[in-house]
Amino acid sequence: MSAGAHYTPYHPKWYRKRVSVWWWLESGSYTGFVLRELSAVAVAFFAVMLIAQIRALAGGPAAYARFTATLASPAVLVLSVIAFLFVLFHAVTWFNLAPTAMVVRVRGKRVPDAAISGSNYAAWVVLSAVVAFLMLRS
Amino acid sequence: MPRPLTPFLWTLFSAGGTVAALLYPVHFFLTGLAIPMGWVSDPGYGALRGLALHPVTRLYLFVLVSLPLFHWAHRFRYTLYDGLQLKHLTALIAVLCYGTAFIGSVTAGYTLLTLR
Repeated sequence: MSAGAHYTPYHPKWYRKRVSVWWWLESGSYTGFVLRELSAVAVAFFAVMLIAQIRALAGGPAAYARFTATLASPAVLVLSVIAFLFVLFHAVTWFNLAPTAMVVRVRGKRVPDAAISGSNYAAWVVLSAVVAFLMLRS
Repeated sequence: MPRPLTPFLWTLFSAGGTVAALLYPVHFFLTGLAIPMGWVSDPGYGALRGLALHPVTRLYLFVLVSLPLFHWAHRFRYTLYDGLQLKHLTALIAVLCYGTAFIGSVTAGYTLLTLR
């Protein structure tokens, strides 16, 4: 028996240090992680906007006029700017993570990370141009 | 969450994240900012309704709404667990998150199907 042996009322394996609810403010990379996760709320915000737009299109010209007036109100515009920045943040972090999430091999050799995220960015530019053309051509 | 469901939900999360990353910035920029601010001319009710009436566009819009909603549900669920340390509310949070995504998808799907 060593002289310093002492006994504690708890089982060492059961001991868990309490973590603050604000643990994610302790380091920049934790904060980045939580902001990235919260970008999903902005994604949902725009999904709701899309549902409202579809319902307004189904509801007729008067319903659609109400929809556009709501989008142009200052409070909704401020929310839209913030949510849009988060959606951009989601897109960039998603493309940069793509090589980690999906390892592609061609003839047994791993495709370089830059090629995978690069092709994602290229698809982003092309699809954005197509959507903008189809919506605005009239 | 029953184990066999987890890979399926993760696939929805991943597909929804990709749809949101590729297509949400341009749609959001045009619909939420550029058109209300008058930076581009508004295509108007008639043109957009005409676009939405096409069967391919209906399917596209359904995917555009539904998959990102499930992406949100999955991510928000784990953010609540980890960020707010609510792991003990697993079942309730899962039902609320995926249930909301489901209701949103059904609403969009029904409206698109019956759009005239």
